[in-house]
Amino acid sequence: MSLLELDDVKVHFPVKKGLFFDRTVGHVYAVDGVSLSIEAGQTYGLVGESGCGKTTLGRAVLRLNDITDGGVVFDGTDLAKLPGEEMRAFRRRLQMVFQDPLGSLNPRQNIESILSEGMAAHGIGKDQAERREKIKDILAKVGLPSNALSRYPHEFSGGQRQRIGIARALVLEPDVIICDEPVSALDVSVQAQVINLLEELQESLGLTYLVIAHDLAVVRHISDVIGVMYLGGLVEEAPSDALYAGPRHPYTKALMSAVPVPDPEIEDRRERILLHGDLPSPANPPAGCRFHTRCPWVQETKCATERPPLLDTGDGHKVACHFTAEIEAGTVKRTLATGIEAVVGTETVAAEAEEVSEAETEAPAADAPKKEPATVPAQADANARAKATDAGEARTKAADATEEAADAPEKAEDSPKT
Amino acid sequence: MTILTNKADKIDRLAELTQSNESVNGSSLWREAFRRMRSSKMAIIGAAIIAAFVLVAVVGPMLAPHGATAQTWRSEVFPNQGKFIGMRGENWFGLDHLGRDMFSRWLVGARQTLLVGVVSMLIGLIVGALVGVLSGAAATLGGKAGQRIDTVIMRFTDIMLSLPSLLLAVSIAAVLGQSLTTVMIAVGVVQIPIFARLLRGSMLVQGGADYVLAAKAVGIRRKRIVLTQILPNSLSPVIVQATLSLATAIIEAAALSYLGLGNPDPAVPEWGVMLSQAQRFFDNEPMMAAYPAIGIIITALGFTLLGEAMREALDPKLRG
Repeated sequence: MSLLELDDVKVHFPVKKGLFFDRTVGHVYAVDGVSLSIEAGQTYGLVGESGCGKTTLGRAVLRLNDITDGGVVFDGTDLAKLPGEEMRAFRRRLQMVFQDPLGSLNPRQNIESILSEGMAAHGIGKDQAERREKIKDILAKVGLPSNALSRYPHEFSGGQRQRIGIARALVLEPDVIICDEPVSALDVSVQAQVINLLEELQESLGLTYLVIAHDLAVVRHISDVIGVMYLGGLVEEAPSDALYAGPRHPYTKALMSAVPVPDPEIEDRRERILLHGDLPSPANPPAGCRFHTRCPWVQETKCATERPPLLDTGDGHKVACHFTAEIEAGTVKRTLATGIEAVVGTETVAAEAEEVSEAETEAPAADAPKKEPATVPAQADANARAKATDAGEARTKAADATEEAADAPEKAEDSPKT
Repeated sequence: MTILTNKADKIDRLAELTQSNESVNGSSLWREAFRRMRSSKMAIIGAAIIAAFVLVAVVGPMLAPHGATAQTWRSEVFPNQGKFIGMRGENWFGLDHLGRDMFSRWLVGARQTLLVGVVSMLIGLIVGALVGVLSGAAATLGGKAGQRIDTVIMRFTDIMLSLPSLLLAVSIAAVLGQSLTTVMIAVGVVQIPIFARLLRGSMLVQGGADYVLAAKAVGIRRKRIVLTQILPNSLSPVIVQATLSLATAIIEAAALSYLGLGNPDPAVPEWGVMLSQAQRFFDNEPMMAAYPAIGIIITALGFTLLGEAMREALDPKLRG
């Protein structure tokens, strides 16, 4: 039995219009049927681009958003149907760390007040003195000086504020912490510190994490299992290493290929999948597979009509695609034009061009000693030259393509924020 | 319809002022605002005028050289023949139509005017804030039922806002009868929808902030979230509005007194009453109207200057 289990969770926001009385004119399908389970002590990483519903899902677990349908079973209790006051009591065991460390701290409360308010609400500690002792303990654990108590949020740095946010969750001794983009608002130099702190705390306190992020490196570092979300649904879920070693869903492949590789030679040669177009509107999601409008492998059958279920393809690697096996086997070809043709195409031409230019430099040298059979080298020369111009063109093409490809990871990093 | 939306828009815009305050300076927001106000000429002039006015209102009656209601020089003025006494050593502001000392009446009248202004502003502020808190709390944390309550309250305030304020005050005064209390209530009621809408708008902005979500996630009760999280962060535009509305309250109270809806005893001096009495003799003795008018104008100016300076000091967009 897992500690936290989500069963076909749906969060639909009504779109309202009206002069005097609001009429519901449609829904935004922010989260549309997500099932996942998190074992105690594990870290589940949730990735996806901005607007795919990962933050909404995280908030739905805590009932900060209303759950339209489905179940959130935490330690045997279905939170989705709990009445308000009972849910409030359960919040002690499920905590959240927010993306914006400053925005999530009340500017008019000092740190002691911020941290003790939750304890008071749950009846932890007899009086303020006892709570203060506990808060000092936790502050030491998250690496903040105890003189922080009487100070206000704006007097701290970004990293320190996020530590306060973590301390706020920890004082309640929760079992599960949902980290919504815990480091994306921090300086890169501080990100690692906060991530390490989260890992240390997990080890010493036996916490279970649901980490929501768009930074693939962060998620890989911290997660045991990773789920990839696209437009309100999970498209792939696998143990962290398996997912990074061999992504199986076309969307995950595209996502992974956007991560630059530190080796420039591999970086130049590796295959990149550039997706065209934007994320479709969650208010009007495409029928069938949500990804079929942008999928490079889209097929005429099934894709546009049938929504693929998330199925185990072996070793706990779950994929929601009708053609996983076929794509792996290479029997299904790419159908949509993507950036990939350009890159792969020019790479092969560029490779040829290299050979050709070698041949060209050799050609005059070969010319010099043997003047007699003039016709043959001359022809070869002409050939070589013709090829060389081709090669030149190919090079510029290749340069364009790499430029385009270089843009891609940037875009991928920029866009997914929620 | 346009008047209604204009007013509502203005109030909403003022409410937006709170939006980015919280992210910049936190606790020292007020301290910082105060520091910036000290270096603003507008604030200093406004504060000086208000201080002078309050001083006159408090100690004025003690300084008055003559009785404010005594018709000491009754035999010297002949209003029917247009014979008045202007400024002179004994009576600095001259005499009114009944031979009373204008300067003494002016000093004593300041207290009444301040009283009317402050009390009616407080009526508007307190009732309006209560309505606003109710509406704002219902809209942010009350779920669907709360949003319905909020809609009903806001439509009601919109109706009140759409009526011209003086007309509304006159109708209220007409219902309640002629008295000073009536003037205060009438002017106060006119302010209620403004404060209500302002606080509610400001609370809506704060209600969507991350720290409110965080408080919810921590499991703090809703009542406490409203009182400790949302409300303290939503008050700054309301305080600015309170200063500004003191000026309008004084002017409106004067207008009601002028229309004869104020204190039924015309002998008790009040700037609005004095103004209305002076009207009849404006052709012969315009100075009789000038003194209370100047008093009202300068006082209103003082409150407006201070209010505007406070708004600027609290506006994060003008931070420099």
